Amino acid sequence: MTGPLFDIAVTVARIAVFFAFCFGLVVVMTWVERKGAAYIQDRRGPNRADIFGIRAWGLFHPLADALKFLFKEDFIPDNAHRLFYQMAPMFSLAPAILGIAIIPFGPDVTVMGRTIALQIADLNVGILYLFAVSGMTVYGVVLAGWASGSKYPLLGGLRSSAQMLSYEVSMGLSLIGIFMVFESVRMSQIVAGQGGLLFGVLPKWGVFVQPLGFILFLVAQYAEANRTPFDLPEGESELVAGYHTEYASFKFSMFMMAEYLHMVVGAAVVATLFFGGWQFPYLGDAGFLFPGGFAVAVPPALVLLLRIGSFVAKVLFFAWLYVWVRWTIPRFRYDQVMRLGWKVMLPLSLLNIFATGLILLLLNR
Amino acid sequence: METVLFILFGAIAVCGAVMVVTRKHPMASALYLILTLFAVAALFVLRQAHFLAAIQVIIYAGAVVVLFVFVIMLINVPEDRLPVERATTIRVLGVLAAGFFILESAVLARRYVMPKGPAAEVGTVEAVGRALFTDYLLAFEITSVLLLAAVIGAIALAKRKI
Repeated sequence: MTGPLFDIAVTVARIAVFFAFCFGLVVVMTWVERKGAAYIQDRRGPNRADIFGIRAWGLFHPLADALKFLFKEDFIPDNAHRLFYQMAPMFSLAPAILGIAIIPFGPDVTVMGRTIALQIADLNVGILYLFAVSGMTVYGVVLAGWASGSKYPLLGGLRSSAQMLSYEVSMGLSLIGIFMVFESVRMSQIVAGQGGLLFGVLPKWGVFVQPLGFILFLVAQYAEANRTPFDLPEGESELVAGYHTEYASFKFSMFMMAEYLHMVVGAAVVATLFFGGWQFPYLGDAGFLFPGGFAVAVPPALVLLLRIGSFVAKVLFFAWLYVWVRWTIPRFRYDQVMRLGWKVMLPLSLLNIFATGLILLLLNR
Repeated sequence: METVLFILFGAIAVCGAVMVVTRKHPMASALYLILTLFAVAALFVLRQAHFLAAIQVIIYAGAVVVLFVFVIMLINVPEDRLPVERATTIRVLGVLAAGFFILESAVLARRYVMPKGPAAEVGTVEAVGRALFTDYLLAFEITSVLLLAAVIGAIALAKRKI
């Protein structure tokens, strides 16, 4: 294949594969969420949907859900602002998936004498792109809440916009430490920087060099994704279902997909920034090299497979963590959310920046 | 290719800006404002000013317009009670003045020769950061003091009892 055609083919293939990975994981996550909730609450969970009598542990339930969403009546309330009401789910879904564009899924691979990065775009602004995209998600929620023309969604929309704006601040500030340690905002360089060893024993992962930054970022991300314990925008005990109360059918499923995409992309971001991305502990290009000087040679194909596998495993773990937290921690009260965001998270993230700067200054002297 | 994209995004930006001022519903205006901001960010990217593009989207589209939308939601004027704006003499004069201003800046801009090819590496995160913390450090720090004053002022105004 010739030059430009090959490049276009590679780009399209990358986008297709990574998007398919995300949407596939979304489908699986709906099942994991319900099944995980069931096991945490000592129940069996969904297990009735079957195809020709095969139940496969309820794995056909996502399929049944999708069919139900497709064939349900697409209802628009009389009070709704029709155009904005229909735009809101799109505003919600599109930014949720866009974040995946800067996540490196694996190291560069060489195919037919060409180097291909397993990343849709290695932007110079790196993580700033992610902030830009995630800043857009608030419009979906706000528009849905306002355009529904009903009181509960409006309250949910107002709550969420205040919450998202508050936590965006500490989310951004909690990552400054990572930029300082790895001296870049480029995703590929942050992952490459995590390949070394800390004190000759620990892998130099973000979580070991920035433990406070990791906790702050994780909490801020849960607040941004409107997941429990920060799911006040939909808080069913007080707001029915918050901003998507008036939505049914496929539009409702778009909000749901957006929520799960946030989980998947969020898990990928945490894995990339704080857990080495595709780095496998002690695995170099030629094979394992353990701290004691003990080495095991590994063929390059297996190295690649291990690295991509390690990335996928990390993403799966953090996606599961969202479910785990949801069914473990109860929802906060609204004033508690605001107090945590402004009076705890913000000062701590500023402290983290100062501490990181001080340590770097002392180490480099 | 670059010219085609420039014309495309420039057209989107201008059309969006026109829609912002002509739409009757404030929410529609706000959404068109986001479109314009995105198109301008795309123009920044075309000039290799990646950092500026990202910040434009984060600050303006991601924070400032959110506050606009927030206010529109809170006030929530019913559609039939939206104020009707009439074309008065002063408005017509304003549009004419704006037209002359645009024409004049276009004439002035033609005197400057645009640099050919991609802009030098001045728009990257590294370059902007270096410039801010070396040559423009004083201006940068004074701006942050200004913002701090604004924050304190906002709190002083909003809080009845300090």
